[in-house]
Amino acid sequence: MVLPTQHPAPGAPRAASAVPPPKANRFSALLHRSPRLRLAGLITAPAGWLVLVYIAALAALLITAFWTVDTFTGKVSTDWTTDNLVTVLTDPVYQRITLRTLWIAVAVTVIDLVLALPMAFFIAKVASARWQKLLVVAVLMPLWASYLVKAYAWRNVLADGGLLEWLGAPIGLQSPGYGETAVILTLSYIWLPFMILPIYAGFDRVPDSLLEASGDLGAKPLTTVRLVMLPLLVPSIIAGTIFTFSLSLGDYITAQIVGGTTQMLGTVVYANVGAANNLPFAAAVSLVPIAIITLYLFIVRRTGALDSL
Amino acid sequence: MRLSRSAKVILGVVTVLVFLFIYVPLLLVVVNSFNADRTFGWPPRGLTLEWWGRAFDSAGVRGAVVSSLWVAAVSTIISLVLGTLLALALLRYKFFGRDVISLLVILPIALPGIVTGIALNNMFTTILGVSLSLWTVVIAHATFCMVTVFNNVIARLRRMNGGLEEASADLGAGVFTTFRLVTFPQLRSALLAGGLLAFALSFDEIIVTTFTIGAGDTTLPIWILQNLFRPNQAPVVNVVAVVLIVVSIVPIWLAQRLSEDSVGIGAARVKAKEG
Repeated sequence: MVLPTQHPAPGAPRAASAVPPPKANRFSALLHRSPRLRLAGLITAPAGWLVLVYIAALAALLITAFWTVDTFTGKVSTDWTTDNLVTVLTDPVYQRITLRTLWIAVAVTVIDLVLALPMAFFIAKVASARWQKLLVVAVLMPLWASYLVKAYAWRNVLADGGLLEWLGAPIGLQSPGYGETAVILTLSYIWLPFMILPIYAGFDRVPDSLLEASGDLGAKPLTTVRLVMLPLLVPSIIAGTIFTFSLSLGDYITAQIVGGTTQMLGTVVYANVGAANNLPFAAAVSLVPIAIITLYLFIVRRTGALDSL
Repeated sequence: MRLSRSAKVILGVVTVLVFLFIYVPLLLVVVNSFNADRTFGWPPRGLTLEWWGRAFDSAGVRGAVVSSLWVAAVSTIISLVLGTLLALALLRYKFFGRDVISLLVILPIALPGIVTGIALNNMFTTILGVSLSLWTVVIAHATFCMVTVFNNVIARLRRMNGGLEEASADLGAGVFTTFRLVTFPQLRSALLAGGLLAFALSFDEIIVTTFTIGAGDTTLPIWILQNLFRPNQAPVVNVVAVVLIVVSIVPIWLAQRLSEDSVGIGAARVKAKEG
């Protein structure tokens, strides 16, 4: 008697029990049994990428700031020196640039705050529910247009014979032309939506009943704004200023496009990466805005603004 | 608090003026792309389609469009994979170093673009000795685009019912089958929204790009920056700028319709850091 063969004919469907499970199934079963292995499979690639690409790059930046460039060969030499940092902090040229950058960042922040407060209040507390939704979208949409295009748009606005001159002519105003004022105007323009949104969210969170109670107790609207609303808004306002302030500190594209000869910390960094080919010095300069932003974050940390970011 | 009628009117007028301030410069770029006058005198003396025609005929612009699309597509794919893996790991597992990693993922957007740019430039050129190319741009873009995917996926996972996956496993589906048939379909629209945002971010990114792009390569924003100061190219720059506005806003509009999580203040924060 001939027993039927255990091996199916080529091409015939295999019975699952008769053959060992394919590799993929065994691997899947292993993963199912071991959560640690599953976690390792998930986390290795993204965490590895972040650490190898980004953290390593930041660490290298910090180290490079203490290196120097050989003036003859133009190559980076790895001798440790604090010369770069000393130059950045003590040379009057760089002190002036740091102060100018700080001034521009503060001016932009103040302008945006002044524009954003009444507008955010109107959207959150005066406009009807339907308009509120529309207006928020109207603030959000241009925010996504390219930063470069916005700076370029202001180059058009401020141009000789451009829109601003045409608008200002009847009232005797002239376009400021390309320079520091143009940089402040353009940066205020670019970062304005980032100030409006957190402040709007802050106004929106203040319950109407609180404002009515204040009114019922005899407070005039301005008193209510000063004593009830503003204290509740402080974290949102600070959240907005973090955007406008830190984004302006690191800018160099706007300065290039509408700034004329205006130098900011960012333009110094860029010039030293490109034309001057002095990466260690560029790294040292870039530590200045990092330090200022860290200091600012440290100061405002207590207000709880960081949680509402 | 009862506002007087005049106070409401004043606030309304201020709001309208600020909106004009926000929209007029962008509209000016659109109008100027049809302005017959090459120096954009205002008001325009005539309208023309010549600049649009020239932009379409320009080999430089076409090459830049192709590079931008390629960079945006590849970085979006990388960030989709990495962002999803990271979101799954951080939400489903508790492990040592979890808080550090969740801080790490937002770091590329928490620091100014110029810091990210110079750090990567320094890493590539000084430390590794790699020559800059479109690939180095992709690596840089994927690093910060990962966050948009991560944010969208983790928000979706938080609302998802984990019981479905357990049921699938109980019914004998393997780890991969469960992901393919149960988890992935629920994530699909969040992935699409996150991917669109990542694409839009990468497509018009300029700061990190200037630090990581090779000398011979041009993306669309780089093309604008290179031709901005050339008077005879100015009209074409306007056209490219309009294209850039449209290409960056349409994906956002789609993403907003796909997922409520993607276009809010959190997403704006991402945009804020990367321009």
